[in-house]
Amino acid sequence: MPDLSVNIAGLPFKNPVTTASGTFGYGDEFRDFIDLGRLGGIFVKAVTGKNRDGNAYPRMAETSSGMLNSVGLQNKGIEHFCHEIYPRIKNFNTNIIVNVSGSTVEEYVEVAERINELDNIPAIELNISCPNVKLGGMAFGTIPSMATEVTAEVRKVYHKVLMVKLSPNVTSISDLAKAVVDGGADVITLINTLLGMAIDAERRRPVLSTITGGLSGPAIKPVALRMVWQVHKAVHVPIIGLGGIMNATDAIEFILAGASAIQVGTANFIDPAASVKIADGIESYMERHKIKHITDLVGALRTE
Amino acid sequence: MELKKLVEDLRVTGVTRLNKRHFTLELLSPVKLPLILPGQFAQALVENSPSTFLRRPFSIHSVDYQKNTLRLLIQIKGPGTSHLAELKAGDHLNLIYPLGNSFSLPFTKDVLLVGGGCGVAPLLFLAQFLNQNNIHPTILLGFRTREEVSEIDAYSRCGKVLITTDDGTEGEKGLVVDHSIFQREKIEFKKIYCCGPDAMMKAVAKIARMNNTDCEVSLENTMACGFGVCLCCITPTDKGNERVCVEGPVFNIRRLPWK
Repeated sequence: MPDLSVNIAGLPFKNPVTTASGTFGYGDEFRDFIDLGRLGGIFVKAVTGKNRDGNAYPRMAETSSGMLNSVGLQNKGIEHFCHEIYPRIKNFNTNIIVNVSGSTVEEYVEVAERINELDNIPAIELNISCPNVKLGGMAFGTIPSMATEVTAEVRKVYHKVLMVKLSPNVTSISDLAKAVVDGGADVITLINTLLGMAIDAERRRPVLSTITGGLSGPAIKPVALRMVWQVHKAVHVPIIGLGGIMNATDAIEFILAGASAIQVGTANFIDPAASVKIADGIESYMERHKIKHITDLVGALRTE
Repeated sequence: MELKKLVEDLRVTGVTRLNKRHFTLELLSPVKLPLILPGQFAQALVENSPSTFLRRPFSIHSVDYQKNTLRLLIQIKGPGTSHLAELKAGDHLNLIYPLGNSFSLPFTKDVLLVGGGCGVAPLLFLAQFLNQNNIHPTILLGFRTREEVSEIDAYSRCGKVLITTDDGTEGEKGLVVDHSIFQREKIEFKKIYCCGPDAMMKAVAKIARMNNTDCEVSLENTMACGFGVCLCCITPTDKGNERVCVEGPVFNIRRLPWK
């Protein structure tokens, strides 16, 4: 049997398949569909300091091979997470990683500090890349000095595995990757959604209430692959890749480009069992190609 | 109540074209049908339609536990539903179901069901469910024109049917809210269930509120997942933004900020 286990910055994952924040709720929504214990990890919905109602409806537009969303980090805040959600998810047989978001450096620090106290959360994913909030969010992820600062401030209070999720809405993804590594990031996850928009020509109006939103799905996979590959060459921390992964072949492509693990995102909406099918498909690929350890494939792209 | 959700390939056992824009699919489940409640919906996967990326939500139109089948009533709107209209007996359709909450049982026998256009879809199932509880509702259905008036026999078996058409070619002329049952000083119903276009539901809700009549509406919003994780289909309620796919699609109008 091929060995699918990976170790990312000291944190063991039973396989490289995880689920992307904002596409998997808190995990329990998928209990009817899959055994959560089959997954390497779950990245739960973004948590902010205070309750956020999110953006107005409509928040979604279907596009060619993808979708735009402008949810705007709707969640009930860190205290609700600690008291109401954490107790019901803490014993899942997989790594539970919390996506941490905010509008200010202080808010990121406040949330990270609280999550640091939760024993069964071994890592956080700092979301400096949400395109759908007016303040903060993506601004921290597009200006390298700000990315370094917010990562460094969180690093001071967060003592477990610190992952930082990058935005693709930048000219040089390598510069941002270096900036968060300088700030103390242990792991880089990329990419968040690409900023886009949809127009209703009949009504001559934008489809989304926020006019612009974040594009996800297979439409963004080539961009995501390119960025994973560039970041893999630029920094030496492990990468978790995502962006339009719909099947095992997509996942293998990300691993070859340099990702140590992958996240399944939008695919969860169409097939709630997609993540487990991808884990099975990776195993079949390894058997077919006689690969003993999945780690042998990480960054194994042959370019000459 | 939380019901177990399934993802399954169901076999098409019947396609009935009701008129130019509407058809029903009868679908046979490979396993014993789970308990399904009126108001719940299914997310259908549209395969081999390149421009249709996401599933499409449809209200469950009726359930036959003896035949182990359920039916969907579908309006042809765009490429996804056009594609589904080409399904034939023997084909398969992948569904995630049953999803969402359901209509509540009324505490009265004076019940009115109001449906417009494709919004009639969950009302047949609801009417059949009410019958099982010895309630025979009045069913007011609005259509554009006579050609779209369909399945009246099925509704008539459940209760008294009233019809409006926009052009007056059948039943009373006008919208459902123009029907004579609403033109009285006080309406005779103690509970209204309504599903249809937004403007229609808001107009019915207004009448219900004026008459102090309890009213539930089934909302339809654009959805990505249908089971509560994408947070795209929200609607403002007395508890903030709630998910139409989980806390809904059925809401009591008391909980909605409709004026």
